[in-house]
Amino acid sequence: MSIDIQTAARVAKLARIRVEDEALPALAQEFSNILDFIEQLNEVDVEGVEPMVSVTPMRLKRRADGVTDGSMQDKILANAPDAREGFFAVPKVVE
Amino acid sequence: MTELTKMKLAEARDALRKGDVTSVELTEACLSAIEGADALGAFVHKTPEIALEQAKAADARIKAGDAPSMCGLPIGVKDLFCTKGVASQASSAILEGFKPEYESTVTSQLFDAGAVMLGKLNMDEFAMGSSSENSCYGPAVNPWKRSGDDTPLTPGGSSGGSASAVAADLCLAATGTDTGGSIRQPAAFTGITGIKPTYGRCSRWGIIAYASSLDQAGPMTKDVRDAAIMLQAMCGHDPKDSTSADLPVPDFEAMLTGDIRGKTIGIPKEYRVEGMPEEISKLWDEGAKMLADAGAKVVEISLPHTKYALPAYYVIAPAEASSNLARYDGVRYGHRAKLAQGEGINDMYEKTRAEGFGLEVQRRIMVGTYVLSAGFYDAYYNRARKVRTLIKKDFEDAFAAGVDAILAPATPSSAFGIGEMKTADPVQMYLQDVFTVTLNLAGLPGVAVPTGLDSKGLPLGLQLIGRPWEEGDLLNTAYALEQAAGFVAKPAKWW
Repeated sequence: MSIDIQTAARVAKLARIRVEDEALPALAQEFSNILDFIEQLNEVDVEGVEPMVSVTPMRLKRRADGVTDGSMQDKILANAPDAREGFFAVPKVVE
Repeated sequence: MTELTKMKLAEARDALRKGDVTSVELTEACLSAIEGADALGAFVHKTPEIALEQAKAADARIKAGDAPSMCGLPIGVKDLFCTKGVASQASSAILEGFKPEYESTVTSQLFDAGAVMLGKLNMDEFAMGSSSENSCYGPAVNPWKRSGDDTPLTPGGSSGGSASAVAADLCLAATGTDTGGSIRQPAAFTGITGIKPTYGRCSRWGIIAYASSLDQAGPMTKDVRDAAIMLQAMCGHDPKDSTSADLPVPDFEAMLTGDIRGKTIGIPKEYRVEGMPEEISKLWDEGAKMLADAGAKVVEISLPHTKYALPAYYVIAPAEASSNLARYDGVRYGHRAKLAQGEGINDMYEKTRAEGFGLEVQRRIMVGTYVLSAGFYDAYYNRARKVRTLIKKDFEDAFAAGVDAILAPATPSSAFGIGEMKTADPVQMYLQDVFTVTLNLAGLPGVAVPTGLDSKGLPLGLQLIGRPWEEGDLLNTAYALEQAAGFVAKPAKWW
């Protein structure tokens, strides 16, 4: 399957990765090569096969729905590129 | 002092307990070896203060007669593990400056067992790669070279820094992680041992996620006994990882008898791929003969969906990665792009991710985004998950027919030169994982053991694949193979 430049641009947008226009043709070509490789999967008869959900069948554990940690605002903000007054700061989102 | 760094975990453990050496001496020897080995690009964050403090504490515990299994043993830690207060970047510029406020479960268990951390080890960015070239720190380099040829070689990847450090005796052992072969391929490229345990054996909590349904941590060591010792310390149930198995961890080291009489070893015919180098095929045949001579029954088996493992992996892993790596947005940690006047939050996300992620990571995130996007989810992602079910069933059928372990090559070649694959199609690099990726998809344990050198003087490894949760039995088969192969070669020091 061949990926065109518009599709490559759309995927980059969905992935929130800025790709400059001049880089799009090469990217589209790489996607096409990878998808060609992946398309071998179409040779497999998967009729009636369940898609795998968990590789080791196990019941997920449950616990009481209670607060088990918290009160560590300073630790949570310690690595933030921009933290102010106890919050993460970002560029203006709402006009 | 350099001799100390050549010690294996078991040797050093016994010497420490006898009082022949102290942990501080061992640690200082490793730190000085690391200082002289920057050319290998293995250690990317050195932690000598932490190491010496842990070593002193270990010496005190040994003196008090309270020495747990890894007490005083200096190790390296892959940069993928979050280590409290120490840079943990997954070799990515997007995590520049990130110092976790918490310790991963695996490293915390290793520290509880008395291990000493020398520093963090290089890798492919977010564990995506097979050569440790995709790294914001620059590539890790293999201590081995082709005879009569000075070309720098890759130690493999993604756990290439771990492999290089262990092979060059900079540390006694190291942690690795394996999503598609990232422990076993580098182990094979550097002449060391590496085991990926059953999915769920080691907690993934605090390990920076690549593809959560495939990722597993494991040890990279100088021999099989060391792998057993270190794996034991890394394994166990962790309530913080819902996929961590609540099963008892047996004493792996005690299971190393070398007696494999009566075991059945399967040789999967589909692994004899077209164009397999003669040397790999010969190594494989010799390995099968060694196990047969040790009393095992060697039978040919069929794993019919082998061919589809790699394409299935390159749908599932990028899909999971695109979701896992969505968290790197420049808000909570790591890099944030500088914005121009008038640019908003979407510009911040897009520029941050373009600047912070390397090209291979960007490629996989976008492939993952594509296969999960509306209209393609069924055609790609669901189909790949169905094929994954079939791949797992191939193994289940083989085990049900009485096979105890499966023997296969670890890699399709010996180590290649740094930069040699740079111009190639990304798919060429993906083919490195052809023998390793199947068992990640099936969740099975696999161990790579060095068994020979090729005509260029480079190490080659074989891989044994075991039944789920039977790492002990698998390590014992690996031990028998190791004894028979008698691999003792070491790289000549050039760094």
